[in-house]
Amino acid sequence: MNEPLLQIKKLTKVYGSGLTKNKNTLVALQDFELTIPKEPAKIIAIAGESGSGKTTLANLVLGLTMPTSGEIFFRGKDVLDMDRKERKDYTRHVQAVFQDPYSVYNPFYPVKHIFDIALRNFKLAESRSQENELIEEALNMVGMQSQEILHKFPHQLSGGQRQRLMVARAYLLKPNLIVADEPVSMVDASLRATILDIMQKLRDDRVISILYVTHDLSTAYQIADEIYLLYQGSTVERGEVTEVIDNPKHPYVQALIDSIPDIKQKWSGEITALDDEQLRTRSDSGCRFYYRCPYRMDRCLEKKPELISVGKADHHASCHLYSDPPD
Amino acid sequence: MMDTKTADKNLERRQVALDLKDLNVHYETPEGDVIAANNVSLKIFRGEILGLVGESGCGKTTTAMAILRLVQPPGRVTKGSVVVREEVDIFNLDDQELRSARWKEIALIPQGAMNSLNPVMRIRDQIADVIRAHDGMHAKSELKERIAELLHVVGLPSRVGALYPHELSGGMKQRVCIAMSIALQPTLVVADEPTSALDVIVQRVVAQTLLDIREKFGMSILIIGHDISLIAQLVDRIAVMYAGNLVEVSPLKKIVEEPLHPYTKLLIESIPSITEKKPMRFSSGITHDLRNPPPGCVFQSRCDQVMDICHKVVPPLLEVDSDLQVACHLYGNDE
Amino acid sequence: MEEKVLMDTGNSNIKTVGFWQSPWFNPKLIIGSILLLSVFLISNIGPIFWDKDMALVGSSPTNVVPLWVTEKPSGLLKDADPAHPLGTESNGRDMLAVLLVGTPRTLRIGLIGAGIGMLVGIILGFTAGLMGGWVDYVISTLCDTMVSMPGLAVLVVIAAYIPQMEVNNLAMIMAIFAWPLPARSIRAQILSMRERDFIKLALISGSSKIDIMFREIMPNLLPYLAASFVVTVSGVILASTGVETLGLGPTRIPTLGTTINGALRATAMFRGMWWWWGPPIVVLVIIFVGLFLINVGLDEIANPRLRGLKS
Repeated sequence: MNEPLLQIKKLTKVYGSGLTKNKNTLVALQDFELTIPKEPAKIIAIAGESGSGKTTLANLVLGLTMPTSGEIFFRGKDVLDMDRKERKDYTRHVQAVFQDPYSVYNPFYPVKHIFDIALRNFKLAESRSQENELIEEALNMVGMQSQEILHKFPHQLSGGQRQRLMVARAYLLKPNLIVADEPVSMVDASLRATILDIMQKLRDDRVISILYVTHDLSTAYQIADEIYLLYQGSTVERGEVTEVIDNPKHPYVQALIDSIPDIKQKWSGEITALDDEQLRTRSDSGCRFYYRCPYRMDRCLEKKPELISVGKADHHASCHLYSDPPD
Repeated sequence: MMDTKTADKNLERRQVALDLKDLNVHYETPEGDVIAANNVSLKIFRGEILGLVGESGCGKTTTAMAILRLVQPPGRVTKGSVVVREEVDIFNLDDQELRSARWKEIALIPQGAMNSLNPVMRIRDQIADVIRAHDGMHAKSELKERIAELLHVVGLPSRVGALYPHELSGGMKQRVCIAMSIALQPTLVVADEPTSALDVIVQRVVAQTLLDIREKFGMSILIIGHDISLIAQLVDRIAVMYAGNLVEVSPLKKIVEEPLHPYTKLLIESIPSITEKKPMRFSSGITHDLRNPPPGCVFQSRCDQVMDICHKVVPPLLEVDSDLQVACHLYGNDE
Repeated sequence: MEEKVLMDTGNSNIKTVGFWQSPWFNPKLIIGSILLLSVFLISNIGPIFWDKDMALVGSSPTNVVPLWVTEKPSGLLKDADPAHPLGTESNGRDMLAVLLVGTPRTLRIGLIGAGIGMLVGIILGFTAGLMGGWVDYVISTLCDTMVSMPGLAVLVVIAAYIPQMEVNNLAMIMAIFAWPLPARSIRAQILSMRERDFIKLALISGSSKIDIMFREIMPNLLPYLAASFVVTVSGVILASTGVETLGLGPTRIPTLGTTINGALRATAMFRGMWWWWGPPIVVLVIIFVGLFLINVGLDEIANPRLRGLKS
């Protein structure tokens, strides 16, 4: 069948709606759209800073929180419409790797526990030996050999090892999609490559797509195929990763990329004290970036810009600089 | 701004702001002592910004804490001396003198400082507190002026003084911490991870603030961090630490173009590029038990240029070129 | 967004620590346990060597001073008798026998009362913590109300209505006020544990809420539950002794509290018969100190271990 693996339509999450409205509502994610085909497998980077909504998106896709409106379709079926069996199937095929390699482990058990829960809940093996085979295969995938390590407790392993085991656990379930929420931000810089490489292997050798949620554009540039940049809950730019990062169109993305330190040269361009945005009211109508934007125009405050094509390879940006002027 | 050329010219005539000699810090654990800092010696000159980089667990924060005599049990300083402006011997001060030396001679912006602001005091009161505690009482109007000036130097509007910490964004809070640290115009400001936990754009603003205060007041700054690309934007010299040892100290340009120590090379090669896709450099983590370092060079198990002597003799930190020090047998004086 | 980079050292080659360095070798825990264990053992083994029936009224001569007393406080008291090393009281009960009989009964009240209280507290605390919403609201309000009530006063009133007080029904009455505090602290623990990442991981691994409650959360709560139990036992013994001292305890066979009550009624203080009310109090103090030390010891083990082992 031709339906995509995952299709997200107008996904919105608002906190604080309901009985307490107005001042305390927070629009964490607004009208988010994304499509992941079954093949070829891709690494899609969801990039943004704090408050961008990327973690909210990850939690929504994983089913850890419910959307306020919008739909998520997995293999054509609406996730909110699934029965228990289909839901369980969804949970199995959409897995996760989380940011903190320590707190994901229950300190009471040795690290084997994370494999045991998965094996048990999804009845992946008929016998003990089959279980061991599956675990062995998963460990090899992340470059670990002996099963000895499984009997250690979390505090006896390094952060890099724990994170690799997390990836092994996700792979064990043979998912179609892995949501990796900042998988390397708490791992030392010289060790990130190993984990990022494993993620690429999963894409290339095992046809597993990855939603790589991160704030680090450099690693996104290295491993992702597509990138979505979020700012305060909305997608401001998206497209093929090299195209977007080499030619950013949205002023926020341009400022972001300019601020990334390059060891070979000093920062260029001007900066203004952009972070006193907290002192200003957030614009609920119009463009969220208005008060910080060096190119702001009147109509940016009136109407929220839509995602428009601004270049090749499906490059879209939501900015009035690129839309036709009103007349 | 002092660039490296000027620094070279002033080589002989430079005044020393901080002289750290042979610092050794041990942490007690039930399974033995972890050597958090091993014979660390460093000079910071007047008006320079020095970056201390390394990965987690390398001992950089420990070193910073030791400079201010803030190492708490189970850690203890077993050896070392810290002298400010060639006059004030930090380790030989009594409590009273130490109290006034802190903030006036050396100020610290610790990790997560912005989260340690008092949530129930207005910003101006917190800054006033600092001034009063370390510099005696001042007239209210004098304080007011001083606080306004400090806020201005760090690029904050004066109305920030009347606000509470929760009303400020992360970058603003961090700049308040910077303002507090320079309130008494110290000789040296130690900033531990001043920009981590901040968004990339804000990071740049805060980093620029640090440059601004050096420009205006001429104080030395010791910046500690793990993001070498970011630190490279700010510093004149870089010092690299690994597993408690100082392995390379070098002017910025030299270390970026031609890093000498294999670990420094590894660090720089691990930085993912944002301009071209290329395969990343792999590495394993610190593989030795920190309680029982092997004899010889501490980096031997990860080094791709390891030699026989590395397993036996600890390479000393030697000056191999003007202002360039490396602790590696590849660059001995017998080469 | 906190980019806290964790220490990346491989500690898999740490030798496992011996007993002397292990966190379980906590002096407070050990001393407390020794105290409690001695009380427990003596009161269970003691009766083998000493006749329990001497605790019954009229079984022994009255008002005998203890063995080591050389000068009698009053002429109306009888001389010391080796058959009654701790002396006797005015109802003809041998004090040593009274201690050997009364201590286990007091301990039983503590254990049964705390046991029931903890059971109810665990069930309600878990329910409130995991279910949230109005269920949580109702249970929390109930707990808060009861915690702020003058428990002893209410217990006294309730006890006064029981015609025939025995160890078991006294324990059950104590349980009425023993559950709110554990329920509240367990609920708080669960609320904080719910947000932990390993719960998220269990959810995406397909675990049901029941699975999570028993397999993920419960094992991590064991230290807190143990400490909570110890504190509750202490509270129940204190409350029950209070009720007994006021004369509302079981009458026939003595407990530590009823002995004190007996001494009060017979004005033993003014008669100088300190061996009547003294020993029960000493035993109670030993029990409370023991329980307190165990609690503090457990606390020290539970907390720094978790804190210290995290990089």
